[in-house]
Amino acid sequence: MKVLRRLAVGTLILWLILPLIPLAIWSFAKGWRFPALLPQEFTLNAWHIALSDRAGVLQSLWITGAIAAIATVLAILIGVPAGRALGQHRFRGKSAVQALIIAPLIVPGLAVALGLHAVFLHLGLTNSFTGVVLVHLIPTLPYMIIIMTGIFANHDTRFEAQARTLGATSYQTFRHITLPAILPGIIVGGLFCFLVSWSQYILTLLIGGGRVQTLPLLLFSFATSGRNDLTGAIALIYILPGILILILTARHLTGTHPALAGLAHK
Amino acid sequence: MTNLSLQNLTLRYPGTAADTIANLSLDVPSGSLTALLGPSGCGKTTTMKIIAGLLAPTSGDVTFDGASILQTPPERRGAVMVFQNHLLFPQMTVAENVGFGLKMRHVPRAQIAARVAEMLTLVQLPDMGTRRPADLSGGQQQRVALARALIVAPRVLLLDEPLSNLDAHLRAEMRDLIRSLQQRLKITTLFVTHDQEEAVALADHVALMLDGRLRQHGAPQAFYQRPVDQTVAQFFGGVNFVPGVVTAQGFASALPTLMLPPNLPSGPGTLTIRPESIRLGAGENALQAQVTDRIFRGTQTRLHLRMGDVALCADLPPDQAASITPGSDLTIHLPPTALWIIP
Repeated sequence: MKVLRRLAVGTLILWLILPLIPLAIWSFAKGWRFPALLPQEFTLNAWHIALSDRAGVLQSLWITGAIAAIATVLAILIGVPAGRALGQHRFRGKSAVQALIIAPLIVPGLAVALGLHAVFLHLGLTNSFTGVVLVHLIPTLPYMIIIMTGIFANHDTRFEAQARTLGATSYQTFRHITLPAILPGIIVGGLFCFLVSWSQYILTLLIGGGRVQTLPLLLFSFATSGRNDLTGAIALIYILPGILILILTARHLTGTHPALAGLAHK
Repeated sequence: MTNLSLQNLTLRYPGTAADTIANLSLDVPSGSLTALLGPSGCGKTTTMKIIAGLLAPTSGDVTFDGASILQTPPERRGAVMVFQNHLLFPQMTVAENVGFGLKMRHVPRAQIAARVAEMLTLVQLPDMGTRRPADLSGGQQQRVALARALIVAPRVLLLDEPLSNLDAHLRAEMRDLIRSLQQRLKITTLFVTHDQEEAVALADHVALMLDGRLRQHGAPQAFYQRPVDQTVAQFFGGVNFVPGVVTAQGFASALPTLMLPPNLPSGPGTLTIRPESIRLGAGENALQAQVTDRIFRGTQTRLHLRMGDVALCADLPPDQAASITPGSDLTIHLPPTALWIIP
């Protein structure tokens, strides 16, 4: 059994890491023609270009991060109260609301984005940073709301009632009782949202109109221009936050109190 | 010292046909311990939540010392509720739990620590401050919950079934602790329970609630000796009910005419007597009865008696009842002072 498990884990890691190996090699290669198994020469040239102001990678990194961070904060601000309502209260039309919230995950993003483009055009939100942040809420909010619904469904509101009768104001109750209980959900949901926004391509392209140059857009333009060395380097930079977040959240995603436990019976 | 008063309190949840609480009026005198007694689902806990400010009534008023508190938010009412399942905050230590109310009132830290130590000693749990609630037994958790409530010196203490989650031996211990703390601190206390023995053993006054209505309120003894109706009598273990008419001569029914205590209004009524008040042998209101059954119940033995069409139950000390066998005839008497007429 132990051997089997090690084999399974090994395969999984290999599967995740294998695609990254050519990217890494490319980023250090100086010419790598077809029949050769490995490049003849290695250079830091691609990394020099990627990390210089010239390529715009650093600027894109900054824009992508800012969009993802703002979209995440907005998703938390909307997702926490929405999750509370859905997780703790019964109301007319609740299932319809739930269906609408999950809809962006089911309906093809491109179809939505095309319709939304017309609306945003009317509102003057196209080709703008604000517009891109807003459109990134479409794919991120469902995750946040679903996670927070599960968290709140498992949260005993009587603790809050108890705190109130002991003299805590509604703000103090939130700060000392509710927040500690829901924080793991907010962290995991927030990191999910950050990643979803970080890897968004179609919505950014349509609403940003190429003016809002996020990392995936930049990466795609380099990939299509045939600069494999640069593509490799940028791709590795692009992947970094995902790996960091995976390491950070591993503890919250599994174990005895996983943040996603509430989803199992929702 | 706060006088708690409920005035015509009514609560109806939207979309339901019946009132959860109907026209409830109740006075809890300053410094007294009143038990709100009733079967589960009768509206006891709901009443407490209204007093604590966790629910708003449909109509009626709640006053502390004559002033309505319905517009006061829960944290400023000074009505602390201790829930049935303790609800100790799991992420905090015992000391942090006990000190919570003072921390919310921005009391200096050193002062909180001193008060927490004092409170933990009061509930006989000194040196437990650094533990986590999960490491405590049910009885200890209940004491911590009590200490957490008492530390803020509440105007009104609301205890929701504080003994129901405890083992029998812990229950008696906790009951005595609550009683002694309440006597010492003189906090106006409303105590919810479904157990009539618990209610009469603890409380100065008992309020019996059935189906959202207050049925009887008064001294614990009254529920045994002068129940207002048959349901109340039954709730307290009353089993003997004989329909008849009160006349100038006494009580006329299927039984021979019985002498009654003085000053009972005449007219139709139901005679009741506690099973433990029925006496063996001749005396006032003597009757000939046939024993139909005998059931040993530990501290007492219950005899099922038949007099023509009337059946009565009598509880006797086991040594007195040991020689009485089912089928035998027996002389009993019903002392007039133990008789009560339900209108």
